[in-house]
Amino acid sequence: MRIHRWRAGLCCAALLTLGAVSLAGATGVYQTPEAFLAEVFNGAAPAPQALWLLPELRAQAEQILGHPLDRLRVRYWGNSDRNVWILDEIGRDQPITVGIVTSGGRIEQLRVLIFRESRGWEVRHPFFTDQFRDLSLNERQELEEPIDGISGATLSVAALTRLARLALMLHGAAARGQPVSR
Amino acid sequence: MRPIAATLLCLSLLLTASVPVRAAVTPSLEEMWQLVQAQQKTIAELQTRLARAEGQVQETVSQVEATADAVEQVAATSTSVATAKNRTSVGGYGELHYNNLDDDRDGVGGDDSLSRADLHRFIIYLGHEFNDRLRFFSELEVEHALVAGDGSSAGEVEMEQAWLELDLNNNHHLRAGLDVLPVGIINVTHEPNTFYGVERNKVESEIIPTTWWEAGLALRGEIAPGWSYDAVLHSGLTAPTAGDDPYRPRSGRLKVSEADDQDAAFTGRVRYTGIPGLEVGASGQYQRDYTGTADDIDIDATLFEAHADWKHRSGFGLRALYARWDLGEDGAVDPGAVNANNLAGWYVEPAWRFRLPGDVLGEIGVFARYSEWDERNRLPAPDFRYEEFEQFMVGLNWWPHPDVAFKLDVQWENADRSVDQTLDGINLGFGYRF
Repeated sequence: MRIHRWRAGLCCAALLTLGAVSLAGATGVYQTPEAFLAEVFNGAAPAPQALWLLPELRAQAEQILGHPLDRLRVRYWGNSDRNVWILDEIGRDQPITVGIVTSGGRIEQLRVLIFRESRGWEVRHPFFTDQFRDLSLNERQELEEPIDGISGATLSVAALTRLARLALMLHGAAARGQPVSR
Repeated sequence: MRPIAATLLCLSLLLTASVPVRAAVTPSLEEMWQLVQAQQKTIAELQTRLARAEGQVQETVSQVEATADAVEQVAATSTSVATAKNRTSVGGYGELHYNNLDDDRDGVGGDDSLSRADLHRFIIYLGHEFNDRLRFFSELEVEHALVAGDGSSAGEVEMEQAWLELDLNNNHHLRAGLDVLPVGIINVTHEPNTFYGVERNKVESEIIPTTWWEAGLALRGEIAPGWSYDAVLHSGLTAPTAGDDPYRPRSGRLKVSEADDQDAAFTGRVRYTGIPGLEVGASGQYQRDYTGTADDIDIDATLFEAHADWKHRSGFGLRALYARWDLGEDGAVDPGAVNANNLAGWYVEPAWRFRLPGDVLGEIGVFARYSEWDERNRLPAPDFRYEEFEQFMVGLNWWPHPDVAFKLDVQWENADRSVDQTLDGINLGFGYRF
């Protein structure tokens, strides 16, 4: 009977799913921030420093992100000329954790470390993140080259682009000797 | 008094006055020792004060850092609390249209020109994250603004999505419920700021009956970087075999509203997005009984669709899509009798999007689209049949914000044979999402 085939199909799919769930692991953590730091600094990550978000710097950061920041400082690892920033930004519903290496005012590397959104996961792949390599900011605090998007991942693409701009702006502030603490 | 005499008098007065002063600033050895002792004492006191001040500064720095830590901790905690509360998310989109279209075939079946304003769609999204792996999403829509209780209005209230999704792992996800089918471009992503043209294009309205949702179970995910898939077992269409629009896919949507029990349909899609800016996709669907199981007619149907959507960083864009239904027959019930055994359509849409000067005006996009598709001629039997239509459209979108689009387009339609309606004219509208 047709009805039975329809229901049998659903039952088979449900059983397959239960099997897949039982084999499934944790979701979304592609690399821990600690592992990313160890990789960038060849296993010898320096102690973090904290850049104080004084009013002018905070205003610039919030202009880039388009929303208020809930922190007083931004931690980074490096020597002001080559720094690592571990930053979070929400794409659609949930924060995406990104590791960004800045060097000499340009992005050396951008990597998605933890992705919690239900869609747009394509942004974690190098075919997308490689677009950020070697980019710097122009005078309007925008990336000097446009980033090609991914269909169906528009909000995740926008979140990563904002974080790239933020990391470059903070890199410039650290290089200018903005107040830091250890 | 002469100047010279006055000068001499002043000098003598100064010399006289300086003698006791010099005597006062030249201390004795004893006085020098006492002075050194006093200064040494002062220096020691200052050093003590400096050390104390340095300690206080260090203590203040520590207190500030501790305060900052505490403030950030509180902020993080409150954010976590907010995030927990905000696991329920709200969004939506909507679009208002004005059509001024002239029926070019008013000699057949009367004048079907359109001149109307319509709040075509108003949609609310409601989603909830139960945890990091399980989520719910829904889309509730009001179409055409008014839903009269007596059925006299064109409006509808519809649930277009209501599904639960479980992450199986990083790459694979299970989705169950009522969901839009992964076919074409606009059926999946139909927010008005994402496409050109006031109305959705005819190929994705008539051949792929956008917006097309069914109840089912889906497995979706990624098989390689840039390669994603969807496999959906779902309820199918129940297309009519008689009346005004037999075999029309759009008229077969039951919208999961007390839908008759049916043979399951299957839809699969493969999509490539491995080159930023480019999406290439193909989907296929099989339905064992296109007319539903409530009748005694068994007509199977397959749908094939392929598309490309390219947005280059220069602003140039190109969309192209092809879709085709192949309908079977069951004895005397033959879609081929009205030219409906193959229903196909395609379009190609080049576009160019650019930024306007300054930071306020946003972006403009201009486009042209050529479409061909098979559609009913709207004539009564025995003249009813499906004919090939074509449409040429040019227009523009203005995005003052990426999520808001104002639209204008001009269209010209044609059909080779006798049909009731081809529409030429302009469309105006705006749409938003949030």
